[in-house]
Amino acid sequence: MSGPAIALEGLTRRFDDVTAVDALTFEVSRGELFGIVGPDGAGKTTTLRMLAGVLRPTAGVARVVGIDVGSEPERAKPHLAYMAQRFGLYEDLTVQENLDFYADLYRVPDAQRVARMSRLYRFSRLDEFRGRLAGRLSGGMKQKLSLSCCLVHHPEVLLLDEPTFGVDPISRRELWLILHEMVAEGVTVVVSTSYLDEAERCDRVVLLDRGRTLALDSPRSLQASLQGSMVAIRTRAARAARDVLRGEPGVLSASLFGDAVHTLLEPGLPADAPLRSLERAGIAVEDVAAIEPSLEDVFMNLVGAAND
Amino acid sequence: MTEMEHPVVVRELTRRFGDFVAVDSVSFDVRSGEIFGFLGPNGAGKTTTIKMLTGLLTPTSGEGRVAGFDVLRERNEVKRAIGYMSQRFSLYPDLTVLENIELYAGLYGVTGTRLDRRRTWILDMSELWDARNRTTEQLPLGWKQRLALGCAMVHEPPILFLDEPTSGVDPVARRRFWDLIDGMAVGGTTVFVSTHYMEEAEYCHRLALMNRGRLIALDAPRALRERVVEPILEIRCADAPRAVEALGGVPGVLDVAMFGRSLHVTVVDAVAGSDAVSSALAGAGLTATDMRVVEPSLEDVFVSLVRAQGGALVG
Repeated sequence: MSGPAIALEGLTRRFDDVTAVDALTFEVSRGELFGIVGPDGAGKTTTLRMLAGVLRPTAGVARVVGIDVGSEPERAKPHLAYMAQRFGLYEDLTVQENLDFYADLYRVPDAQRVARMSRLYRFSRLDEFRGRLAGRLSGGMKQKLSLSCCLVHHPEVLLLDEPTFGVDPISRRELWLILHEMVAEGVTVVVSTSYLDEAERCDRVVLLDRGRTLALDSPRSLQASLQGSMVAIRTRAARAARDVLRGEPGVLSASLFGDAVHTLLEPGLPADAPLRSLERAGIAVEDVAAIEPSLEDVFMNLVGAAND
Repeated sequence: MTEMEHPVVVRELTRRFGDFVAVDSVSFDVRSGEIFGFLGPNGAGKTTTIKMLTGLLTPTSGEGRVAGFDVLRERNEVKRAIGYMSQRFSLYPDLTVLENIELYAGLYGVTGTRLDRRRTWILDMSELWDARNRTTEQLPLGWKQRLALGCAMVHEPPILFLDEPTSGVDPVARRRFWDLIDGMAVGGTTVFVSTHYMEEAEYCHRLALMNRGRLIALDAPRALRERVVEPILEIRCADAPRAVEALGGVPGVLDVAMFGRSLHVTVVDAVAGSDAVSSALAGAGLTATDMRVVEPSLEDVFVSLVRAQGGALVG
């Protein structure tokens, strides 16, 4: 079947007098890894729940593989898998029994099970705990088992709501590899995250704020859209330096990042422009370097501008 | 050493669950006024350690003193002396902001003019004056987080324990939260924080890394970076996921990971490694548009140290 994997037209959801999702219109192509980012209350979870057919839109349409999920959720569901923030594990079943249960539920063919389970165990590193009851796993391990249960079948469209919540960096690397592998097999993946370094791994990202689209593009284009230049100023007195920089003309923003201050300068200003003010304040600078703005810098800037 | 200088002193702290050793003879000190980061894979023993340090769990053996109290014999005193904020922010959702503050004040015996002063401090710090009569369930996650932080600090504890405090919180709220934490440390409060996010680890003065129940590294972020001796190549390539596959198992390549849209490839030797990477990519019909040796990220450090210990074992 041709056409986009997902199409939103004026998708809207109100809860009483709050408009959680406000006339969203965009498409996700087949085989795309698509990220949804935004501050708290931006509408990320509400959007995913409507795409999954578990919440009805107030207005507008969401289509998944051409099927209107608002009016025909049952027809759309075989084409998609959805992992909510709180995913149901059977706490009185073991790790392996949970995986088998979901594999049965999704009718994963026997021929594919062995390879898929071993791939998922490589990600989760839970194979030594196959026999442990899910209720007795640590929080991060439960999250990894939930993800594994969701990934045990390969649907056409995979919707993941904050999948890396509480997952350690090593497993997070593996998870993103699995997502890329699924995309390479033609699966369309839509993932929400609060971590912008993760969003950088997506093909395209939509930035939501208060239910509306602030930006939608590839991470690279979003980074290129940031006006001004970013410099990292390294100093032993990062906090004091940040406070000085925030008051300086030509400085659009200044944020702490470890022992460095990431400083966004107006277009055209040289990287060492803010140094004199730091010198006057008696702050010794160890190093100044021009850096590429991160997606997080873009996010801070767009959300900040939208809320002014 | 005095307790003023080291609000946490731990010696050979151990906790077993049946045959399983969750925390295995761990020793370290936390300095007064520092932000001490506690990292490790899921199941490494972080939560078990934090439970022992906060008086929620009795150690099987070893010694520990927190805020001057013994974690084996004075667990209740430990609980009253410290501030603790869990990732689930134990706030009462049907109570208002003010009612939550007053409830915590009551639990910690903060009353009278001291309560007035602390209430004002919390509302100032969290910038929740306008929301003070709203029930907490209506508040955005970032606001709840600041309120939970305030409630954990109601009794002015010398040390604050934060267990994955910012999971699921957006970047704007997260930066603001870390500004607050940094301010508290500047004001003399010791902060002990567990996290999975390396950008948060960057805010810490020192980092402890646990794996398989043991403490495998403890140092400043900069010093930890310098410990990674294997060169790391940053590679830009049109099809990064396929490149990861192509580079797996290449001799001289220790680790391959996606880092944003680039690859970070850990190699035994920079020159030989670059050649091996280029030819493996060419063999897969791929080309690197850029390849250079970079300073390891904290995530690279984490993975490298865990790998040096034989990899992660969950438990």
